[in-house]
Amino acid sequence: MKSLTLAAGLSVIATLANAETLTVYAPDYFGSEWGPGPAIKTAFEADCDCTIEFITGDVLPRLTLEGERTKADAVIGLNTDVTAKARALGLFAPHGQDTSGLTMPVDWQDETFLPFNWGQTAFIYDNTKITDAPTSFDALLDAPDDLKIVIQDPRSSISGLALMLWVKAIYGDEAEGAWEKLAPKIVTVTKGWSESYGMFTDGEADMVLSYTTSPAYHIIAEDDMTKSAAIFDEGHYFMVEVAAQLSTSDQPELAQKFMDFILSEEFQTIIPEGNWSFPAKLDASKMPEKFGLLNLPEKTLFYSETEAEALRAPALEEWQRALSQ
Amino acid sequence: MLCLTLGTLAAVLMRAERGAGFGPGDWQALRFTLWQALWSAALSIACAIPVARALARRQFRGRGVLITLLGAPFILPTLVAVLGLVAVFGRNGPLNAALAGLGLPEVSIYGPWGVVLAHVFFNMPLAVRLLLQGWLAIPAERFRLAASLGFGPRQMIRHIEWPMLRATAPGAALVIFAICLTSFAVALALGGGPRATTVELAIYQAFRFDVDLGKAAQLASVQFALAGAAALLALRLSQQVTFGAGLDGTVARWDASGRGHRALDAFWLILAAGFLLLPLGAVVLRGLPGLTELPPVVWWSLWRSLWVALLSTALVLTLSLPLAVMATGKRGAWVEVLSTLAIAASPLVIGTGLYLMVFPFIWPGDVALIITALVNAALALPFALRSLLPQARSLAEDYGRLSASLQITGWPLWRWVILPRLRRPLGFAAGLTAALSMGDLGVIALFADPDRATLPLQMYRLMGAYRIEAASAAALLLLSASLALFWAFDMGGRANAGP
Amino acid sequence: MLDLDELTITQGDFALEATLTVPQGGRVAVLGPSGGGKSTLLLGIGGYIATQGGMTWDGEDLSPLAPGARPISTLFQAHNLFPHLTVARNVGFGLRPDLRLGADGWARVAQVLGQVGLEGMGDRMPASLSGGQQSRVALARVLLRAQPLLLLDEPFAALGPALKVEMLDLVAQLADQNGLTVLMVTHDRADAERFAKDTILVAGGRAHPPMPTQALLANPPAELAAYLGT
Repeated sequence: MKSLTLAAGLSVIATLANAETLTVYAPDYFGSEWGPGPAIKTAFEADCDCTIEFITGDVLPRLTLEGERTKADAVIGLNTDVTAKARALGLFAPHGQDTSGLTMPVDWQDETFLPFNWGQTAFIYDNTKITDAPTSFDALLDAPDDLKIVIQDPRSSISGLALMLWVKAIYGDEAEGAWEKLAPKIVTVTKGWSESYGMFTDGEADMVLSYTTSPAYHIIAEDDMTKSAAIFDEGHYFMVEVAAQLSTSDQPELAQKFMDFILSEEFQTIIPEGNWSFPAKLDASKMPEKFGLLNLPEKTLFYSETEAEALRAPALEEWQRALSQ
Repeated sequence: MLCLTLGTLAAVLMRAERGAGFGPGDWQALRFTLWQALWSAALSIACAIPVARALARRQFRGRGVLITLLGAPFILPTLVAVLGLVAVFGRNGPLNAALAGLGLPEVSIYGPWGVVLAHVFFNMPLAVRLLLQGWLAIPAERFRLAASLGFGPRQMIRHIEWPMLRATAPGAALVIFAICLTSFAVALALGGGPRATTVELAIYQAFRFDVDLGKAAQLASVQFALAGAAALLALRLSQQVTFGAGLDGTVARWDASGRGHRALDAFWLILAAGFLLLPLGAVVLRGLPGLTELPPVVWWSLWRSLWVALLSTALVLTLSLPLAVMATGKRGAWVEVLSTLAIAASPLVIGTGLYLMVFPFIWPGDVALIITALVNAALALPFALRSLLPQARSLAEDYGRLSASLQITGWPLWRWVILPRLRRPLGFAAGLTAALSMGDLGVIALFADPDRATLPLQMYRLMGAYRIEAASAAALLLLSASLALFWAFDMGGRANAGP
Repeated sequence: MLDLDELTITQGDFALEATLTVPQGGRVAVLGPSGGGKSTLLLGIGGYIATQGGMTWDGEDLSPLAPGARPISTLFQAHNLFPHLTVARNVGFGLRPDLRLGADGWARVAQVLGQVGLEGMGDRMPASLSGGQQSRVALARVLLRAQPLLLLDEPFAALGPALKVEMLDLVAQLADQNGLTVLMVTHDRADAERFAKDTILVAGGRAHPPMPTQALLANPPAELAAYLGT
């Protein structure tokens, strides 16, 4: 115990002594061995003579608890559904990037939050078991009830929240009715994406709420072509992850340098196979070849941060009512 | 312990600015939480009774191993257990395959009753242990007396077993009720939707999405209040419940030697073993293929988790021993009530409170593992305390005067009397703590450090990165390590323990 | 000399009063009906139950002293030995509660074990001894403690009649050799007659001053007569 405390103390001193450390708060997946964090760290450190320290966990609750005393110089991995709350903290400085050349299906004007990768929600299925997958959300609602799906809870999961907004974007005031039609097909609603996806690969459900890019992992890493995304005519909900720098940072130059790095080709080429999603700014010719095998939607649905924040509470109530029957 | 449970809650409350108040969703969550906790407790006890009785009155080869294995679900990490349950009872599992083969309709593990099923899976082992102790504590003379009076099984139940159950079952039910109050991941994975929303999920939502500490603290207070009320009620209803070691003997009895009774006991034992062990087997089977290809970082996190577990164990032992010895006095009942309260502590609130407490002084990431160990210790302490208390009480009763008459006090008292006499429950408590701590994801969300992940977190990361096979292997690793730790400590307490 | 002066021993609802003296070297039986307070008297003198009033040994006030600090050794009805410790260690507590005895100390342990007829049994565990042998171990410890007052709360009740007689004779012999004052609770008049010249009658919430055992038993007061069945 004593030596552990001592070690902890020493590492605090070590961190303080090294002025050239950029502290970046990120979601847990981001910094893990299997996320994009390690490659990004290596690439950034190669030409800055500094160190990136990823602090992983729930970024927003952490920032809220810490307030102005936060040690973060930058954050990465926030989703648009929490950016309104994050913005309200008043802790961020403008990213100062030109966002006109982004390769995203939506127009991005935000001066605080800088997108670095995006994706679209989609239901993934096994194309050896389902040959006539629904081609629209309507078709999914009308499918026989023995087509079983597994989804995530909008109260605990980002993708679950995106699904709720997806349904809202398609059905508007009819969303509750849509959920009622979907309800008998739902095997279960899990806390996070991982549990759902695990159940799907175990054969517990025919389709799982995931992303259009999910099959890329199976194709590239496992050489497995059996997983496909069902593409719906109504369009798919857009999800984007953003980064930002803190105005309270004691390393503003380094933080700015990190912001500059995010839209660089070096950073962006890490995203497809590091995060299994689309980079925010990367020419199609630089994408891994096999991403071309993915089924992608033509239409994109998206709520701005303010719209999403206003819709969230009533949509949650609808969702709860419809699925509680 | 108070500091860790109520103190952290106070820290969160102090920091909270607003509380959104209770919405209709929260009341529904409260109702469901109570509903599932009551059913889970009642069914766990109901199923445990015939199993405990069979274990109490039958001696057979492998009985000890079976008792240890039957205890495994209780110390299993939630996520691992849910995967195992789904593998066996899920839509794609052998149970439904068998039912389909017989032309019977599919049984769904999802929905409110699925949550109860999972809770019974987790907590029935605990109930079996508690009740088995009750059976073994019935003096042999009473069975001899019953035999001399020619009692049949029916009179046996009425005059001997029922009074014992009345004394022990309410307390056991309370413990399980308190455990189920804070259920979160199980309810979410198997609940099938928002019907199965628990208070702990509402806390998570308030904390993570709304970042509304006031509401999180309010909800946590409700949890405490429920557990406290239940604890006071059970204290009135029953004698204190004991956990712990000493399940080796059987009770010699003469009323149930008929073939029908043997068959009945065998039936219950096989049923319980199937229910509890098949999901474990599924975890093992799923994990084996990926085991050889596990990346080294997973092995490192196993190493780290072991340290966290050992640190929690050391903490729990240093805290619970003096508490247990203190509690032998007149205020023992209060320790009992407090320890039940602590069972219903929300890990999220403890974590957040600790974060608020340490953040001004230390960088939380640097003490992540220590904090994790601390919170795990706080969560395991009530169980350790309950396993130590009864033995500490009987130690004080039997040898308190002798020690006093010989002026054995201070360190010699610990060294020569308390530690050796409490060795068995200590081993059990240590094993329980180590195993629980090993599997707990606890407060990692706030304190995690990418380079210092524990095994459960690493498993979660593997799942999040589509590495399902590797994640299954990590789950198997976690299961084996938890069981091995429990077994090692429990055996350590028994070896050469003397009379 | 043990001097109890208007001593009140309270245990729950029950209160026992005692005003009596026991001379140095006296061997006194404590006799009386069940539930009359025989054990209570001993527990009060031993310091295990709170008391009010005067209680001195050779003029020294016992009341403020912790049980182990009183010039007393006690043998209880049960649990006189720690079952997880060897015979030698159990006895060794008589010398030092922390068992740091050194070679001299252990030699004395071996010696007193010899005095009670347990040569070479120091390494045995209590459970491997007979009931009589276990009692001898406890007596060996009394010898090592070397306190002038010995309280016996029916420690031999579970032994057979012959063994009990043997133990009482051993106690008598050791008490004589070491000048011990002995108070012995019993419910058996034969024990009292055999062992104790004087007897304290405990009945009706009072512990009466010692009276000659023979005279008391020959002409017992009503409450004792009912108990003795004479």
